[in-house]
Amino acid sequence: MGTVCSRRDIDFLLHEVLDVTSLVGRERYAMHDRVAFDAAIDLAFRLAEERLQPHASLADADEPHVVDGRVVQIAETGAALEALREAGFFAATVDEEQGGMQLPFVIGQACAAFFKGANVSTTGYLLLTRAAANLLEAHGTPDQKQRYMLAMNAGRFFGTMCLSEPDVGSSLADIRTRAMPRGDGTYAIRGNKMWISGGEHELSETIVHLVLAKLPDAPPGARGISLFIVPRHRLDGDGNPGEDNNVVLAGLNHKMGYRGITNCLLNFGESGETIGELVGEPHRGLAYMFHMMNEARIGVGLGATMLGYGGYLASLAYARERRQGRPLDGRDPHAPPIAIVEHPDVRRMLLQQKAYVEGGLALGLWCGLLVDEQKTAPEASARDHARRLLDILTPIAKAWPSEFCLEANKLAIQVLGGAGYTRDFRVERLYRDNRLNPIHEGTNGIQALDLLGRKAVMEEGACFDALGAEITAMTGQARDAGLDKEAQAVECAWDATSAAREATVQRMAQQGLAAALANATTFLHGFGHVVVTALWLRQAVVASRALPSASDGDADFYHGKVQAMRYMVRHELHLARAWLQATLTGDATVLETAAEWL
Amino acid sequence: MKVLVPVKRVIDYNVKVRVKADQSGVDLANVKMSMNPFDEIAVEEAVRLKEAGTATEVIAISMGPEQSQETLRTALAMGADRAIHVVHDGELEPLMVAKMLAKIVSEETPDLVVLGKQAIDDDANQTGQLLAGLLGWGQGTFISKLKIEGGAISVTREVDGGLEKVGLKLPAILTVDLRLNEPRYASLPNIMKARKKEIAKKTPADLGVDTTPRLKTLKVAEPPKRQGGKKVGSIAELVDKLHNEAGVI
Repeated sequence: MGTVCSRRDIDFLLHEVLDVTSLVGRERYAMHDRVAFDAAIDLAFRLAEERLQPHASLADADEPHVVDGRVVQIAETGAALEALREAGFFAATVDEEQGGMQLPFVIGQACAAFFKGANVSTTGYLLLTRAAANLLEAHGTPDQKQRYMLAMNAGRFFGTMCLSEPDVGSSLADIRTRAMPRGDGTYAIRGNKMWISGGEHELSETIVHLVLAKLPDAPPGARGISLFIVPRHRLDGDGNPGEDNNVVLAGLNHKMGYRGITNCLLNFGESGETIGELVGEPHRGLAYMFHMMNEARIGVGLGATMLGYGGYLASLAYARERRQGRPLDGRDPHAPPIAIVEHPDVRRMLLQQKAYVEGGLALGLWCGLLVDEQKTAPEASARDHARRLLDILTPIAKAWPSEFCLEANKLAIQVLGGAGYTRDFRVERLYRDNRLNPIHEGTNGIQALDLLGRKAVMEEGACFDALGAEITAMTGQARDAGLDKEAQAVECAWDATSAAREATVQRMAQQGLAAALANATTFLHGFGHVVVTALWLRQAVVASRALPSASDGDADFYHGKVQAMRYMVRHELHLARAWLQATLTGDATVLETAAEWL
Repeated sequence: MKVLVPVKRVIDYNVKVRVKADQSGVDLANVKMSMNPFDEIAVEEAVRLKEAGTATEVIAISMGPEQSQETLRTALAMGADRAIHVVHDGELEPLMVAKMLAKIVSEETPDLVVLGKQAIDDDANQTGQLLAGLLGWGQGTFISKLKIEGGAISVTREVDGGLEKVGLKLPAILTVDLRLNEPRYASLPNIMKARKKEIAKKTPADLGVDTTPRLKTLKVAEPPKRQGGKKVGSIAELVDKLHNEAGVI
């Protein structure tokens, strides 16, 4: 089983639900087979359990700190990253000719899922490096790829994303960091960047910061932002880190969770000249960043799911061991106490967690496969369909797990009772770690505006309709499998979602954006619940088909899938309809609340 | 020096084993399977011998169904040079395995066969010893240290009374214990390269071994549930209970 994730569940989703092995029929993945995929996932599972999980609590208790201007952190963090580097995970999905293994994105996501569940902080260094390297792969010059990206693919250099500033977070148009041309094609970077994860450490040869800054001739607003490579050390002629580039650590932030990875305030160009290189064309930096955003947001959502998953497994194991009380219908004080999993309300808390975390995993891995579809499907129409699905799903891929798998963490603590509130059990840390996910990589509020204000209405609703077609297919298969009632419930909920979208389109035209989007967050919750429930139907179809010939042990697994689907349909779907109602009717309670009344 | 490493595909050590309702065996449907952990240690030791220049070729062997290939791929990814898969569905008893290995030894003429001391599924702990008997080779079993110099081997064995040092001559059979080494992770690049390495297929018939079972499994059951302990008030009561209830004194 493991402490991080159920391997059986990952195999079920990858093979029985998503049929990922069919990807080897694509030219890009023709060098792989199922055995290679399974071996990669086995390796990730072991590294997660043996190298990442063991120091997660330690890194939380003994967080990175600064001694004489240098970051000091526990040795296990560096050792684990070295193990990930040796195992090839800095380049798992990278092209073979660039030193990678060219694994499908969905396999890379499944591997990363284990790492995040085991130790989200240490994994952060790896994933930030991947994000930076991917950005250079898409937009860097051949020379920049040669000098920076290949070293990141090899795990020699780590990367960061420097977007926010002390006064600018969600509203990047207002950044103040400046880039002045130095006359030789490079730029002098000057400014402060805030909330930079992995911004300073001693874990790699150097750190490659990707920094958003404005050129002197920049047009105002978001269209005037450029992207720069700013290494911590200037590279010498051989591509090795040389003299200091005056990126100075001004301070570490002291976080609630996610403590194993440094989070920094960085000063550029204050103690001396900081030299940067422009990526791509001037003023297009934000567009380049957003190019990578879909994948990064799917990754954040999957991380949230896995932190929830770890809490689910920990509380499940506890509930099976912990004996307390007697059955309500047989309260014999002389009888030995029963395992708390026997109490219906404890089972409710476990079933709710299961529905959320396994539902979140199904959503995250489906999105992972869609990234592969978008890149490698033979038909242009299939690639376009996948792109549309990703556009509409990305806001919930990020926000739904960070909302509801955090809720699962809360339930995990509740199952353990007082013990769950102590630092002796990891459920409290998982909750604190997960509490970041609704905030970073675009707050959930931003995701809600993106979903309802852009994705649901763009291309005259084509992205929304692409998802509608998928949901209709899922409910159709559920009917074929005899799950008529449940299919009908999801269809009704999707109709309600469509109606809320229609109402939003009209309201945008008649009353403006503020009125149309005032209830965007509850729309996102409802929309997410409907999509995840549809994905539960998809899982339940596979499970109910497998049940008649399943062995005892396997039957328990499949029964669990069908039952969690029923829980979503019977106990959660009505919430979706209530949440959608505010958008459908244009409820103005929030909009009409004056700031002074609060 | 050529080294043979037999590896077995077994139920993964992380899996909680369930007995089938009809007590005919354990439930293996959709259960995660992996290389026997002791065999991983054997592969690791063989690969280290090759890296040290002592061994020239490492050949992994597995016997079992089609999926045993996955186990061989793991061995190849860890560093074995090539593999032999004896394809067989159904139970294989240690004596059959030892006989087939003896035949492969006569074809491949290795200097050393390194095995796990036992497999974690049936815990039989027989194959290495049977193979040594069939070949008439010396055997170093349950080893936790290995040194090879010239044609002489010295091993440290983990035995009930502590550690025992034994000298052996090549060719020899070694069965390895937990503390011999810590097996490496097969890296992603090596997992990918393993697909290109050769896996030769054979059948028990090719090796002239009859696989008709000699043993019959009557039933497989869970170990009895542990009963709660009892507190006694005095030594006399303890002695009385041990004598009259437990019947052990």
